[in-house]
Amino acid sequence: MSPESARRDCEPRRPQPNAPVLRTAAMIASLDAEGYELVEAPFGHALVDLAGKDPRVLGLTADLAKYTDLHIFAAAFPDRFYQMGMAEQLLFGAAAGLAREGFLPFATTYAVFAARRAYDFIAMQIAEPGLAVKMVCALPGLTTGYGPSHQATEDLAIFRGLPDLVVVDPCDADDILGMVPEIAAHPGPVYARLLRGRVPRVLTRHCPDYRFVLGKGRLLREGADVLAVSTGLMTMRALDAASLLAEEGIGMAVLHLPTVKPLDRELLLAEAGRRRPLLVVMENHSVVGGLGEAVARLLLEAGAVPERFRHIGLPDAFLEAGALPTLHDRYGLSVKRVAERIRQWLVGGGRTSP
Amino acid sequence: MTTSERLRRPNVPLALRAFNIRRHALRMARVQGQGYIGQALGVADVLAACFFHALNYRPEDPQWEGRDRFLLSVGHYAIALYAALIEAGVIPEEEIPTYGADDSRLPMSGMCTYTPGMEITGGSLGQGLTVAVGMALGLRRKNNPAFVYNLMSDGELEEGASWEAAMAAVRYRLANLVCLVDFNGQQADGPSREILLTVPEEEKWRAFGWQVQRVDGHDLEAVVAALEQARGSEFAGPRMVIFDTRMCRGVDFLERRASAHFVRVEPEEWDLALAALERSRPQ
Ligand SMILES: Cc1ncc(C[n+]2csc(CCOP(=O)(O)OP(=O)(O)O)c2C)c(N)n1
Ligand SMILES: [Mg+2]
Repeated sequence: MSPESARRDCEPRRPQPNAPVLRTAAMIASLDAEGYELVEAPFGHALVDLAGKDPRVLGLTADLAKYTDLHIFAAAFPDRFYQMGMAEQLLFGAAAGLAREGFLPFATTYAVFAARRAYDFIAMQIAEPGLAVKMVCALPGLTTGYGPSHQATEDLAIFRGLPDLVVVDPCDADDILGMVPEIAAHPGPVYARLLRGRVPRVLTRHCPDYRFVLGKGRLLREGADVLAVSTGLMTMRALDAASLLAEEGIGMAVLHLPTVKPLDRELLLAEAGRRRPLLVVMENHSVVGGLGEAVARLLLEAGAVPERFRHIGLPDAFLEAGALPTLHDRYGLSVKRVAERIRQWLVGGGRTSP
Repeated sequence: MTTSERLRRPNVPLALRAFNIRRHALRMARVQGQGYIGQALGVADVLAACFFHALNYRPEDPQWEGRDRFLLSVGHYAIALYAALIEAGVIPEEEIPTYGADDSRLPMSGMCTYTPGMEITGGSLGQGLTVAVGMALGLRRKNNPAFVYNLMSDGELEEGASWEAAMAAVRYRLANLVCLVDFNGQQADGPSREILLTVPEEEKWRAFGWQVQRVDGHDLEAVVAALEQARGSEFAGPRMVIFDTRMCRGVDFLERRASAHFVRVEPEEWDLALAALERSRPQ
């Protein structure tokens, strides 16, 4: 058994007098993205914009409107909002029914409940018939300190397994604002991970002309030593780590792939073909079944095997509860830890193993 | 149904429609030497009353926007619905020999992507009513006066999602939703009453806020009256009709054997079954 999955002991805990108090950043998922402008509820506002232009748009939730930013939509369009109660199977079944009648339903809940509880309903009532239901789900990967009941560490693996389902992991507010009209325009079903509340604006800060395009990746930054291939909030981490490493003379290119399925194969192969000494996939997800394995298979099949391939993701384990910044540090998702590992991997002219 | 749609149907007695549905189903099952024939024979009267009395549809245009939506939540009952769709002229009778074959439009478990007139993919039991809720909401949004009928089984009453949908249908006062339960008293592992406590069914659904009727599913007059009442009632919410049925109804020697979810029929018995059914042909 790996140390991460070893059961914790049940000894009483004494407060440590001098330790800093870290609060469980659970329901308010603080992403610890210092120095970035924060955008309030980008999903809610983008959906209101879209609904103003497209009368087919409806919003449904399973008692989590306030926690998926759908309350903004509900307030703007009360008669186009459906509260389905804490009943996730009904949520997606009813969304399928509305899509069958020609509507464009956006259904929200937490990613764990979509992936684990309602999976069969999503598979058979939405994905198999190819209905245009947009599932937008909060608390992806490690974005809550509530522990395994709320941490959707395997949702990408689960949903990548569904044929014809488009899977999106947006990085920031720019991605979310751009994603909403793009996924609405896609004629089939979409699963999108959601960052909610006050969401940092990162991508246009680094890349002023950045624009989310469904199915497309984007090289956000050049660099000759490392190619980071990242999705979701790990692109944020990759960009910040790249700035740190640049001060030390290490050049890290950052390739952002917000659409996890289907992958932007062409761009990925083009960038992998430039043969930087180290390729690191980074994702806010278990190392099993997510972007890392998808990229590895694609590169192997295309014969585009990088000199060295490394993977930053969550361990194959049920994670601990706690404060989010602590957990990101512990499980390797913080900027500091990302930079550290890349430095290590590059030691010795890049020829040592991890 | 609108008078115009009703007049489009030839005036064939419902009992004969039910008989034909049973015969189509037996002929299909004979092709594969198996099939959920117990369910098909059991629900044939209900389907006859639905497709030749209650439902509004156009056989030549299964996607007609004004149609009533008939959802087969019970995917394993596909053979029964195919038989009804054949009788209704949606599927040509010539396709009977393709039942369950490669590239057939009539797979063993019902799927909307294969068969005209099959509104949803059932089979993962307990999903139909949730989709029916969404479709009923959608129809109302469009001011479309069509109804949604969801056919489910007694076993599906045990699925948690059925009760999620039951609450939503009341919460949204879905008076355009009719849920039909084929209560054949049988599930995969044995008699329904011994599996989980769905009794008392009527009281439970009523307590959730539904209008509930329960009738003998082989008494065609009672079935028709219940469907009329479900559709015509002024009740401001969803409607449930529970039909008590007997598996294998119409084929005497199978009916005596019908104490299992999957009724075994020996190869030489298919012709006997068709002959037995023939003896019950309505005059
Ligand atoms: C969600 C789900 N669980 C289990 C099954 C397997 N299964 C198929 S039919 C059946 C019996 C369900 O009861 P009912 O539909 O009343 O059975 P029948 O009347 O056809 O004997 C079961 C358990 C299934 N298809 N779907
Ligand atoms: Mg049954």
